[in-house]
Amino acid sequence: MSIAIRNIHKRFGKFHALNNINLDVPTGELVALLGPSGCGKTTLLRIIAGLEAADEGSILFHGSDATSRDVREREVGFVFQHYALFRHMTVFENVAFGLRVRPRKTRPSEAEIHRRVHALLELVQLDWLAGRYPPQLSGGQRQRIALARALAVEPKVLLLDEPFGALDAKVRKDLRRWLRRLHDELHITSVFVTHDQEEALEVADRIVVMNQGNIEQIGSPQEVYDKPASPFVYKFLGNVNQFHGRVHAGKAHIDTLALDIDGHHETDNTPAHAFVRPHDIEVLRERGTQPAFSAVVNYINAIGPLVRIELQRQDNQSIVEAELTRERFRELALQQGEAVYIQPRNVRVFLDVPN
Amino acid sequence: MSSTVSNLGHYQAKVARSRATSEPAWIRWSLIAIALAFLSLFLFIPLAAVFTEALRKGFETYIAALVEPDALSAIKLTVIAAVISVPLNLVFGVAAAWAIAKFDFKGKSVLITLIDLPFAVSPVIAGLIYVLIFGLQGWFGEWLIDHDYKVIFAIPGIVLATVFVTFPFVARELIPLMQAQGKEEEEAALVLGASGWQILWRVTLPNIKWGLLYGVILTNARAMGEFGAVSVVSGHIRGLTNTMPLHVEILYNEYNYAAAFAVASLLAFLALVTLALKTFIEWQSARSARTNEQSSEE
Repeated sequence: MSIAIRNIHKRFGKFHALNNINLDVPTGELVALLGPSGCGKTTLLRIIAGLEAADEGSILFHGSDATSRDVREREVGFVFQHYALFRHMTVFENVAFGLRVRPRKTRPSEAEIHRRVHALLELVQLDWLAGRYPPQLSGGQRQRIALARALAVEPKVLLLDEPFGALDAKVRKDLRRWLRRLHDELHITSVFVTHDQEEALEVADRIVVMNQGNIEQIGSPQEVYDKPASPFVYKFLGNVNQFHGRVHAGKAHIDTLALDIDGHHETDNTPAHAFVRPHDIEVLRERGTQPAFSAVVNYINAIGPLVRIELQRQDNQSIVEAELTRERFRELALQQGEAVYIQPRNVRVFLDVPN
Repeated sequence: MSSTVSNLGHYQAKVARSRATSEPAWIRWSLIAIALAFLSLFLFIPLAAVFTEALRKGFETYIAALVEPDALSAIKLTVIAAVISVPLNLVFGVAAAWAIAKFDFKGKSVLITLIDLPFAVSPVIAGLIYVLIFGLQGWFGEWLIDHDYKVIFAIPGIVLATVFVTFPFVARELIPLMQAQGKEEEEAALVLGASGWQILWRVTLPNIKWGLLYGVILTNARAMGEFGAVSVVSGHIRGLTNTMPLHVEILYNEYNYAAAFAVASLLAFLALVTLALKTFIEWQSARSARTNEQSSEE
C-alpha cells in the first residue's frame, strides 16, 4: 500500500515540529526518515500511524484519505523504539495479542492463532522462545519479537521508530541486514526512523533527510551521499570539511586558493561555503600544478581500511581532515609533524543566502 | 530461578557489608540501638499494652465485650463503610491515575492537587463539610427532611466521610507507577487493534496489579480506622451509628477499660494483618521486578 503525505503541519505549543511536509512512499519501498533528534521524524511517523494528529494536511493510504481514520483501522504495524512488549505476557501471547483482541466474527480459531504465531516466530527465528517473558530476552530478541507482533495483524504498512537505537553495535549491524532481507521477502511498504546515517544508507531504498521540521532532501542513498542538496545534508551524512570563501565567475576563492567548481559562472563575488569530503582531500609531499594549501600533519589514525589524517593549515591554523587508502599512506610514508600540501577535489559550494 | 535470585541477594549483601563502604562498629550499633529504643517506646509497648489490657480480666470477658450487641453493630457498620468506600475509591483511583498518567489535558495539576486534598485537610473539617451540606441547617437539609432521607447522624454520612478521607490512597499509589511505565504498551495495543476496555483489562491492569492491591489495603485500613471525620457525622448513637473506633472511645469514657481494649485489640489486629499483607505485596512486587532485571542482564 502506498502512502502519500500532503502539507502536514504539526505544532507543540510554539514549537513547529513539522512544517509543510510532503512525501510519497510507493508500495513495497523501504524508506528511512533520517535526521538529528528533535527534527520531527518520530512525530511524522506517529502521524502516519495515527498515534498523533496533524494540525493541518492529510495522509492518504493507497490514494484514499486516511487522515481521520482511527489507529485501529489504519492496518499499520508499529515497532516502538523500546519495543513496548507486554511484560506480563509470554512471547507467544505477545505475538497472538493482535489476533486475540479481534471481534469474534473476524477472530481466527485457536488452532489458526497457534499456526500463525508459530509461523511468525519461525520467520524471526525465535520459535524456541515462545514460552519466555519479555524481560528474559536480550535486546535483539525483543526487537525481533516486537516485529513479529506487529506483523501478526498483517499490516499493509510497517512503521519502525528507531528500530535499532537501543542495541549494541554488533547486534545492530546483524539486525539491520536481517531487516533488509525480511523486507525483500515480504515487500511490505515500510518507513523507519533513524538518526544513524550509516544505518539509513545501508538499509533504505530511499532516504528522507529531515531537519527542524523540514525535509531537506529525498533520494536514494547514493544520491543523498554524493549529491547533498543542502549544507545540512552535507554535514549530516558522513564527515566533511567546510571552508568559507567567495564564489566568483565559476571559481571558488578560499583564502589564497582559486578552485574550479561546477556551474556558478554567472555568480559575482558572493559569500559561500565550500564542502569537501575527507577522501577528496589529496595529500602531497610536493606542490603540484593544482592549487593547494600548505599544512602540517597533526595526527594519524591508521586503524581500519582507511587512514584518517588530521591536518592543520599553516595560513589560518584551521583543521582539515583527510582520508587516504593504506597504499597511498604507505607511499607517502607520512609522519606526525611533517609539512605537506593538501589539494581539495570535487569541491561543492553553497552560496550563503542572505536571511 | 528462585535459588539464583536468593544467591544474587546473598552476594549483594556481602558486597554491601565489605569494610570499605561500611561505618565503624560503634556507629552501627548505636544507630541500631536508637532505632530499637524508639520503636519499642512508640510501637511495641503500646501494641503489647493493647492486648494485655484487653485480656486482663480473662478471655471470657474479652469475648463477651466483642459479642455484645452494640460492639457487633459497631463492627458491622465499620465493615459496611469499608465495603462501600473501598470499591468506590478503587474505581475512582484507577480512573484518575489512568487519566493523569496516560493523557495530557488542561487542569491536570488541579486534579492532582484535588486528589491530595483529603491528606491536607483535617478529618474533622472533612466531617464538618458534610454536616454543613447535608445537616439540618445545611444546604440540602430541608429537602432531605421533606423526603425523609437521613444522611447526617446516619449510615450514609459515615460512608461519605469515609470515602472522602480514603480518597487519595489508590490514586496516589498508582500515579507514579503508571507514569513510570509510560504509555507505549497501551499504544502498542491500540495499533494492534485493541479497544479501550481490552487495553484496560489485558494491558494496563495486569501491569499495575501489585500497586493497586497495595492501595486497596491502605484504603481499607484507613476506612476501618478513621475516627475524626466519622465522629463528626456519626452522632454516636449506640448500636446504630457507632463504628469501631467510636465505640472504643465511648467504652473508654465510661471507664469500661477491658471492653474498650478488647474492641481496640480488634483494630490493632487489623493493623497487623494490613502490615503483613503490605509486606507480602512489597516482597512479591520486588521479586517480580528483580526477576525481570536479572533475566534482562543475560
